[in-house]
Amino acid sequence: MKNELARRLGALVVATLLLALVPLATSDYALHIAIQILLWGFVYTAWSLMGKFGLVSLGHGAFLGIGAYASPLLWNYAGLTPWLGIPIGILAAMLLALIIGYPCFRLRVVGHYFALVTLALSQVALLTIVAARDITGGSLGMTPKAVGHSWYALQFPEKPYFYAIALAVWVFGILIWHFVDIGKGRAALDAIAEDEGAAAAIGVDVMREKLRVTLASAALTAFGGALLSQYFMYVNPDTLSGIGVSLQIVFAAIAGGMYSALGPTAGGLFTIALPEILRVTMGTNFVGAANTIYGALLVIFIIFMPRGVIGLIESRLAAAPARKISKEPAA
Amino acid sequence: MLEVSGLSKRFGHFPAVSAVSFTLRKGEILGLIGPNGSGKSTTFNLIAGAMRPSSGSIRFEGTEIGGLPAHRICRMGLARTFQIPRPFRRLSLMENVMLAANYGNSGTLAKSDAQRRAERALDMVGLPAADGIEGLGAAALKKLELARALATGPRLLLADESLGGLDHAEMEHAALMLETIRTKLGITIVWVEHIMGLLMRIVDRVIVLDHGEKIFEGLPEAAAKDARVTEIYLGHGRRG
Repeated sequence: MKNELARRLGALVVATLLLALVPLATSDYALHIAIQILLWGFVYTAWSLMGKFGLVSLGHGAFLGIGAYASPLLWNYAGLTPWLGIPIGILAAMLLALIIGYPCFRLRVVGHYFALVTLALSQVALLTIVAARDITGGSLGMTPKAVGHSWYALQFPEKPYFYAIALAVWVFGILIWHFVDIGKGRAALDAIAEDEGAAAAIGVDVMREKLRVTLASAALTAFGGALLSQYFMYVNPDTLSGIGVSLQIVFAAIAGGMYSALGPTAGGLFTIALPEILRVTMGTNFVGAANTIYGALLVIFIIFMPRGVIGLIESRLAAAPARKISKEPAA
Repeated sequence: MLEVSGLSKRFGHFPAVSAVSFTLRKGEILGLIGPNGSGKSTTFNLIAGAMRPSSGSIRFEGTEIGGLPAHRICRMGLARTFQIPRPFRRLSLMENVMLAANYGNSGTLAKSDAQRRAERALDMVGLPAADGIEGLGAAALKKLELARALATGPRLLLADESLGGLDHAEMEHAALMLETIRTKLGITIVWVEHIMGLLMRIVDRVIVLDHGEKIFEGLPEAAAKDARVTEIYLGHGRRG
C-alpha cells in the first residue's frame, strides 16, 4: 500500500507542477477557463466520493448553493470575512446533509428513492434562494461588495491569484479522493454499496460510514461553491444551485469517470469547454444547446462507457500489457 | 449464553413468530428446524439484529440485544451466515474476510492483524486465500460465508442453512466443519436447517418451530419420535 501511495503522490506532484506553469504561457481568457475547470473539477470530485459507492445524489446543487451564497451574504450584510463566511457555509451544508442523510439512511432509502429525495432537496434550495429575494437578489442573483485586491475579502481581480487557489483546492480534492480510495473505509463502503444487510452482519456500521462520506462530500461541494462565487463575484440561483447544477455535476462525474481520480476533472472539461465552444460558434442562436447535448451524451456514456472517459482509457492501458504478453510465443 | 424469552414478531396482522422462548448453553450446538414458513429465519433475523422484535427479550451473555442494530450485535460476539451466500463481489476474497475481521472487531485492528485473522478463518474453512471470488461454486461460497463470520471473532455463531444447494459429499463436509468449529474454536452454534438427517447427527438439542410457535424442544432422538413433530415436519415419508 505504501508503494501505491508513493506512486499516486508522485503522479500528483508532477501534474501539479505542470499545471502550476500554465499561467506563464496562457492568456487571461484561457486562465479563466482553466480556473473554472479546476473548481468545477473539485466539485465533481466531491460528488464522486459518494457516487462511486452507489449514493447517487441529485442534491449537490443545494450544497453548492449554500456554500456559494453563505459567504457573500455574510460579507455584504455582516461584513464577515470569507475566511469565516466560507467555513460557516460549509458547516451549514454539512448540517443540511445530516438532516437529509440521517433519516434516509435510517429508513434505508437507497437507489432511485435516494436520488429522488435529494432531487427534491435541490429544488427546495433553489426556491428558497429565489423566495428570499430581498436578501439574495432572487433570480437576478447578487454580487459581493467589491473591494479590489484583498486577502481579507478573498477578492483578486488578477487571474493568476485565483488560478493558484483553484489549483491548490483541486489538488486537495484529489488527495481526499485518494485518501478515501486507499483508506480502511473504502472496502466497507464498497460492501455497503453492494449489500447493506450483509455488511452490517459482519460489523460494518452502515449509518456511520454513509454519513461520513455524505458529510465529507457535502462539505467539499460547499467549499467549491464558495470559491466559485468568490471567483465570479456573482451568485445566481440557476448557475450555482438547483436541479440544473445537480444534473451538471452528475453528468460530469459520470462522463469523466467517477471511479478514477481524474475522471471528474475530465468531466469538467466537457461541462466548461462545451458551453464555451457552443457560445463562441453559435452565439445565442441555439440557447439551451449545452443541456440538450449533456442529456444526449449522458445516455451515450451510460450505455457505452459506464466508467467514463478516464475509466475507459485506464482499462485500455491495463489491457494493453496483457495482450502483449499473450502474443509472445511460448518458450 | 443466549436467553430468548417470549419473542414475537408480527408483520401487520400476521404472526411470524409467537412467544418463542429457549436458552442456549455455552459450547452446545442447537438445531432450529421447521417446515417452510415456520419462523426459523425470522427468529434468526431477530436474534442477529436484522429485524426488530415486536415483543419479547433476547439476552446474549446477560445483555439485552433485542432491537440492537446488526453491526453492534456482531461486534458483541454474535455472528451469522446467510442461507443464500451474499459475497461482496466488488472486493477480492481476501478483502471480504479482512473486512469482517476488521469491522467485527470495531474497526480497530491493524491491517496485519486483520490479515492474520482472515487467513486463519480461510484456513479453518479450507478456502485458499489466493482464490478469486469470481467462479466460486456453491460450496466455496458457503465456506466464504462461514469464513467471514468466523473472522469477526464470534463466541456464538448463527448458521443459516449451511447445507442448502450442496451435494451429498459437500453436505457431509459442511456439517463436520460446524462440529469442528465448536470443538476447535469453542464457538457455540445455533444451526437453522431444512435438511434434517445430518443436523440430527451433529446437534446436542433441537427446537422445532411450526407456524411461528415452538412445538418441541429436546434431544434429536426424542424429536424424531415426537408425534407432533413427525406429523407436522416430517410428514408421511420422513425426509432427510
